[in-house]
Amino acid sequence: MRVEGEMTIYRAAELKPGLLDTVREHAAPALDLSAVTEFDSAGLQLLLVARQEAARLGKRLAVSAASSAVRDVCALLGVDLEEAAA
Amino acid sequence: MNIDQVMHTFIAESRELLEQMENALLAVAHDGADAVNAIFRAAHTIKGSAGMFGLDPVVEFTHVAESVLDKVRDGHVPVTDALVALLLACCDHIGALVDAVENGTLEHDVSLHEAGAPLVAALQGYLDGDGAPAASATAAGAVTPAPLAGGMQEWDIQLRFGADVLRNGMDPLSFIRYLAQLGSIVRIETLDERLPGADEFDPESCYLGFRIGFASFEPQATIDGVFDFVRDDCEIQIAPVDVTPATAAPAAVASAVQPAPVEVPAVQAAAPTAEAPARVKQQQQEKRTVRVDADKLDRLIDLVGELIIAGASTSVVARRAQIPELLECTSTLSSLVEEVRDSALQLRMVKIGATFNRFQRVVHDVARELGKDIRLEVNGEDAELDKTVVEKIGDPLTHLVRNAMDHGIEAAEVRLARGKPAQGTVSLNAYHDSGSIVIEVADDGGGLKRERILAKGIERGLVEPGRVLSDKEIFNLIFEPGFSTAEQVTNLSGRGVGMDVVKRNIVALRGSVEIASREGAGTTVTVRLPLTLAIINGFQVGVGKSVFVIPMDMVEECIEFHEQPGCDWVDLRGQPLPYVRLRERFGIDGLPSRRRSIVVVRYGSRRAGLVVDHLLGEFQTVIKPLGKVFAGARFLSGSSILGNGDVALILDMAALFTSFSDLESHRV
Repeated sequence: MRVEGEMTIYRAAELKPGLLDTVREHAAPALDLSAVTEFDSAGLQLLLVARQEAARLGKRLAVSAASSAVRDVCALLGVDLEEAAA
Repeated sequence: MNIDQVMHTFIAESRELLEQMENALLAVAHDGADAVNAIFRAAHTIKGSAGMFGLDPVVEFTHVAESVLDKVRDGHVPVTDALVALLLACCDHIGALVDAVENGTLEHDVSLHEAGAPLVAALQGYLDGDGAPAASATAAGAVTPAPLAGGMQEWDIQLRFGADVLRNGMDPLSFIRYLAQLGSIVRIETLDERLPGADEFDPESCYLGFRIGFASFEPQATIDGVFDFVRDDCEIQIAPVDVTPATAAPAAVASAVQPAPVEVPAVQAAAPTAEAPARVKQQQQEKRTVRVDADKLDRLIDLVGELIIAGASTSVVARRAQIPELLECTSTLSSLVEEVRDSALQLRMVKIGATFNRFQRVVHDVARELGKDIRLEVNGEDAELDKTVVEKIGDPLTHLVRNAMDHGIEAAEVRLARGKPAQGTVSLNAYHDSGSIVIEVADDGGGLKRERILAKGIERGLVEPGRVLSDKEIFNLIFEPGFSTAEQVTNLSGRGVGMDVVKRNIVALRGSVEIASREGAGTTVTVRLPLTLAIINGFQVGVGKSVFVIPMDMVEECIEFHEQPGCDWVDLRGQPLPYVRLRERFGIDGLPSRRRSIVVVRYGSRRAGLVVDHLLGEFQTVIKPLGKVFAGARFLSGSSILGNGDVALILDMAALFTSFSDLESHRV
């Protein structure tokens, strides 16, 4: 799944179902975050929840690509983008 | 908490910081490094908070100022008069930017931007043009762990943001970014164990927490201050990290380098622990103050006023009903109400020091403008008075101080010729005196020219030729409307608003103003103001069916009145005491009662007697302003409602005493 534009509090509610569907329906879910222009705590939470859900289902959510907005936040907060969900 | 409120806090705090910055700038000459640090911190904090709100114009401007200050702090740029003046102008400009933020015009105000440009250019001059200064400002990648240098303290910060933080428009990320500017984040862990299952997960709630290892030179209060905006819905724990092997290592190296005794590391290790309780104490003290909206306080005072009136009427009813239990209850109640009143009024009391300190800037600026060397001396900053009075006294005081500097203090050559030091002194002094606060504005300048003022007064028709006037009366002519706005005749001639406006403003606060001067030695203007404008302890007296209230603090004693025909003074233990019959003064009909009394009142240094029919005793009095209909009524400063619903009139002592001195001068 590819997320475009903001991944922030303003769109968090809108993005949640799509993300969870992706995690639930695909055997090897993958996220392309290269077109994310803004990324805040709400966006990060979404990512963490999706990962957690994947782990619950015995899958691993891969982040295939990420924009600099996403990378900066993860670097600042010490979140490993490639980290296994478990 | 919503964003408007937060913005409001930002604006209020920025103004406070600017004030601190200004005071520090003015004190930089003698406080040296401490003042520079204070200035730097204030600029830095404003920049940081502005950054959190994305107020880029504020950040950009403050950043340049901060860079210069940083150089000053390092000793690369010396503190000169020119630099202080420039930084004061920058202070003003930041103030203007903050005003623009408040009015919501920050983004579009081109003129403001233009006003800032020359300042930025002047500041850049101090920066020697080395390096790109902006790069250091937004060090986003501050994750790079820096080695702990000497004096740095490592902190363990645990943050748990409340569920509503995101909804309130705040992003935990911005706090961490801001934190990264104050020091370096050594390690960080995002705590996500509170994240619920996917179905319960509300994408707009915040579930995150962070554990941060943070190294910084800043004190705990500053670090703690980062989270001010989220304190209400956030759990914050900040603890100093004990000397861990990581921090102990440099100490060990240090002791290895210099062959120091063995105690050294132990002493170093003990130092942080000794400081820790002090920090905790400081933090506790900070949390003990609460910011309250002034309107809420005013509302409280209003309600207390109503409570006092209601309490008084209850007491009246109880006394009439003659039920002992009820009387006991009402007396307990009224003493409680009295305490509530005092504490409520105390809430509005502020120290006059903050107002006085503003004048350091006024004196600095005006002295530069006039090309005179003048210093301000401030005494009695701790004297407290009602906030409403403080707000209204600023303008008249500014006028008096400017006058003293402009017309009072002579040019340096003249001063030297008169054997005075070249540097002129203007002093502000405040103290409490019988229920009033007295503020003196004094200068050691040329003083008032008595003869010229008198001549001018005669010319203006204010004084009949041939009348003999005391010095005080002559000097008081300056307060007459139209007097000071005349051409350069007196050495107190006008600058648009005259001394009459000063006097009117002070009288409107139920105060009075007097002037004393010695030619060649200086002038002292004494302003006397009531401590509060809302509620007073009043002494009630009756004349016929009317009730008057005298402010209790001015009442000295009551004595029996014996009429002596043709004599308008009585002998008070060997001292003549002038008196006035309230019955005559207010034109009250009817015969005076057989046993009359004199209430001896004191105002400033003078005493006088008021002849009344009955003494009714001490009551709490809520001052209500008189309606416009009574605007022309002299000798009255307000009204009050009594327990039985009647109206009592509050006597204006300042006006009554003025009428006494009129009488005295007529007698001469």
